[in-house]
Amino acid sequence: MSDIPSDLRYTEEHEYVKTGDEPGTVIVGITDYAQGELGDIVYVDLPDVGTSLSRMDVFGTIEAVKAVSELFSPLAGEVVEINDALENDPALVNKDPYGDGWMIKMQLRSAGELNELLASTDYAQHVGE
Amino acid sequence: MAQKLNHAHDSSTTARDAVACFADRHIGPRPDDIATMVDAMGYDSLDALIDAVVPDDIRLRAPLDLPAAASEAEVLDRLRSLAGRNQVFRSFIGMGYSNCVTPTIIQRNVLENPGWYTAYTPYQPEIAQGRLEALLNFQTMVSDITELPVANASLLDEATAAAEAMAMSATVTKRHDGARFLIDAACHPQTIAVLETRAAARGIGIEVGSPDQFTFDQTVIGALLQYPDTYGHVRDLHEVCERAHEAGALVTVATDLLALTLLAPPGAWGADIAVGNSQRFGVPLGYGGPHAAFFATRDEYKRQIPGRIIGVSRDVDGRVALRMALQTREQHIRRDKATSNICTAQVLLAVIAGMYGVYHGPNGLRRIARRAHRQAARLAEALRQLAYAQVNDAYFDTLTVETTRERADRIMEEARSRRINLRRASETRVSIALDETAGDDDLSDLVAALAAAADATPPDLAAIEGDAIPTTLRRASSFLEHPVFHTYRAETEMLRYLKRLENRDLSLTAAMIPLGSCTLKLNATTEMMPISWSGFGGLHPFVPREQAGGYTELFETLERWLAEITGMHAVSLQPNAGAQGEFAGLLVIRAYHRSRGETHRTTCLIPKSAHGTNPASAVMAGMDVVVVGTDEQGNIDLADLETKAEQYKGTLGAIMVTYPSTHGVFEGKIKTLCDLVHAAGGQVYLDGANLNAQVGLCRPGDFGADVCHVNLHKTFCIPHGGGGPGMGPIAVAEHLAPFLPDHTVVPLGHAQSCGTVSAAPWGSPSILPISWAYIAMMGADGLTNATKVAILSANYVMKRLEGHFDLLYSGAHGLVGHEGILDTRPVKRTSGVEVEDIAKRLIDYGFHPPTISFPVPGTMMVEPTESESKEELDRFCDALIAIRAEIAEIEAGTADRDSNVVSRAPHTLQQVIADAWDRPYDRERAAFPSDATRVGKVWPAVGRLDNVWGDRNLVSSCPPIKSYATR
Repeated sequence: MSDIPSDLRYTEEHEYVKTGDEPGTVIVGITDYAQGELGDIVYVDLPDVGTSLSRMDVFGTIEAVKAVSELFSPLAGEVVEINDALENDPALVNKDPYGDGWMIKMQLRSAGELNELLASTDYAQHVGE
Repeated sequence: MAQKLNHAHDSSTTARDAVACFADRHIGPRPDDIATMVDAMGYDSLDALIDAVVPDDIRLRAPLDLPAAASEAEVLDRLRSLAGRNQVFRSFIGMGYSNCVTPTIIQRNVLENPGWYTAYTPYQPEIAQGRLEALLNFQTMVSDITELPVANASLLDEATAAAEAMAMSATVTKRHDGARFLIDAACHPQTIAVLETRAAARGIGIEVGSPDQFTFDQTVIGALLQYPDTYGHVRDLHEVCERAHEAGALVTVATDLLALTLLAPPGAWGADIAVGNSQRFGVPLGYGGPHAAFFATRDEYKRQIPGRIIGVSRDVDGRVALRMALQTREQHIRRDKATSNICTAQVLLAVIAGMYGVYHGPNGLRRIARRAHRQAARLAEALRQLAYAQVNDAYFDTLTVETTRERADRIMEEARSRRINLRRASETRVSIALDETAGDDDLSDLVAALAAAADATPPDLAAIEGDAIPTTLRRASSFLEHPVFHTYRAETEMLRYLKRLENRDLSLTAAMIPLGSCTLKLNATTEMMPISWSGFGGLHPFVPREQAGGYTELFETLERWLAEITGMHAVSLQPNAGAQGEFAGLLVIRAYHRSRGETHRTTCLIPKSAHGTNPASAVMAGMDVVVVGTDEQGNIDLADLETKAEQYKGTLGAIMVTYPSTHGVFEGKIKTLCDLVHAAGGQVYLDGANLNAQVGLCRPGDFGADVCHVNLHKTFCIPHGGGGPGMGPIAVAEHLAPFLPDHTVVPLGHAQSCGTVSAAPWGSPSILPISWAYIAMMGADGLTNATKVAILSANYVMKRLEGHFDLLYSGAHGLVGHEGILDTRPVKRTSGVEVEDIAKRLIDYGFHPPTISFPVPGTMMVEPTESESKEELDRFCDALIAIRAEIAEIEAGTADRDSNVVSRAPHTLQQVIADAWDRPYDRERAAFPSDATRVGKVWPAVGRLDNVWGDRNLVSSCPPIKSYATR
């Protein structure tokens, strides 16, 4: 059983969305389930700060030794911060996907969209747990 | 049965007896073994088995129309006579190809040595540390000499390396719409032609001009410069780099490793990428190839670099161990989003070039370069005294003269009468490129020719010395400081170094390499003999065609044979690898549609089970990939195909299909599939990766393919060379023949050609005698029997493993084609053993593991080929069955789930003889699990690799020697 915190929102593509400290911001990463499926992460390619994303835009890629996966923006908005620590320590995604392994912080275009994402129970069902 | 294979119907002349002789040696199982194997399968005869495997409606009913099989001696005689009809002049043509001396120790111990040339791509690093180290030497050499920190393990040729650089520039700059790429007009013409072809397919605009006139703006992805340029001129280009960088564009410099030993390296003055041909580091000219191109770039672009990169990692014991790194960039994982469709490298040639660096060291290389430069300087002085107008005042080894057309004609004639080829760079220009081999006699002949053309007396050369490299462009930095480039000056040391590396690797000289989809069949010694003959090796690719009469006949014959075998009309030998064949074939299809006013036909259907190169090639050819599903049996889902063919009817350009499928199965409905696609206006591209299962039994051209590539390195015996060279000629139906690739320097006469896909007109000619000899010695019967036995052997292996491992997919009657997929996922559930563990345990048994996790994750694909004897097949099956029993102990709880002979494999000698042994199983069982391993086995040089560590910490050049010491 992977960890699926109940206070987060999710996508079918295995990103999670966490509400940020500043109003209208969210933090995006991949779920514990996703990191487990990929195995040891060796590299995370993140966008530049300032990149404008539409919903479902590819914002980066995540690489394991034998698999690579695209990262999809769960919501529309602008990238205001990226997790620089992943450049030197991509294993943070494996160790702490919901904490130090976060990927980008976004300023949302419309906070209302947040409700369209999966709740933890829906996501748990999606991954069969 | 036995009689059939002994050609009982042949008349008994001595030549005919000799025929049976070679096919009999190529095919592994003896006639009585074949009878036993057929019997074990429950069939009455080999033919009955084949009838059950190959669909009836595609069977070839007549024998292939090929000459009667010749004996090994006869074929060598014929090849000698062909080589004799190639006239080996002294070629001072340049253009990226130079004469050089292959050190004999490298020729005999690498180029001509099956220990090196029969190995496969180093997918199993524990038994490939030798060639991985040799490739790391190559990368270190390239990155040192170019001063760009990350080099790959080689690409196919300089022109395609430049094309990869262009593609990488697009990826890095993320400039797609209206993207432009600027090319220095003084680049080699074949490079420009290849770039134009690639760029047109991807919608990149090409502008060819003088770098001084380049205008960089936000649409420019990059620029290509040549240094020294194609006329030999050496100029300061740092200002062009600065302008490019200001606009955010990348600069690629096509260059020459030997020149860079004296010249300021591109990495030092602003280049982002350096590419070039490493041929002059000890690799014969070979009329164009094979040679290893190099590619080096800055550290920040390491994840965008195309092709294979060897990286330094560590093994389970923490020892330095090498492996292929960052494979997620590559087509087999990233498919249509890969950095490139590149699959093959030119490993054997990169090994030779790297060893040339090891052999000579930095001082030796500088000495060779200085000599070539000195000879050029002496020639320049002679030109001055003869009042010729030399275009380039700063040069390394190449001089260009501007003169009248008449005078240029005379220079060429005078040179030719002295058996010298020069380059006619234009109506009024002649270039002379000197090299390592240019001695005083050559120089006086050259000067005599130039004097005669000027009606003058040759000046005295004796006293001339010179240096024409501008002070600002002299190399200041040192290179090749690593001990490996300093330790092996003495031949004894060099010999032992080469042998030490060779002995770390498992090649066909030790055991079978049953890699599915790769076809590791015999590379017969007779086939390999001609590769180092000067009659094949000594020709520059751009010599006048009348000097290459032997090659011309060899090409024509081989093209005719390949057309007959594939049931096609015409063949292009230009593509240098299977993936290149795919790209070329799709370009041919696009050119055909264009000629009919159907430019919009760009949809390319690709089954889910396809090789990763297929989608990557389709994207390169400017097509849109639409994936077709597969059914539970692994076959292409015809209903889905029908739907998609209908849905994309208006834009359907092609389907790419592998046959037998990548699952190793002869799909029954291939004909229907071809008809469906044709009806929707598309063309059928047949991926010939598995042609080995078709030769003599069915032909792509007969069942509906319009184009098919032929992997000469699989089906037609060119050895894999440890990961290249390869050759991927394409065969096409009659309506596509006008669109075949052409060449800008050597026109091939294809009126509506799709462009140029390789630097050399016929790809890699010097290895074509291998395939030629194979076909000539096998004849139609031998080739067909080889196919039958390949299918028999695969089915025999599957049969023997029945009840031990599940066969994932099969065709009619539960049979496979020439390979089969073993499903090892069930044992993962019951024992925790992964497919990789089984692969590594096979190494302990002395075998090279089969292909793992392709085309289905968690499975292994076995392709035994026709060349393995029944004894070897049985040994391999016995090993797998024994491993299954070892897994059963884990299932039963009698072996530890985390520490057992399988999960901790492979076992190195150091591990099993170490004083400390804390594992819950016997050392002897770990190291000698079968009787055969006691007689002899290739030990893994290192323990299991730490893949994660290697990809997180990429190091792609030689680590300090002390790190090799045991921890």
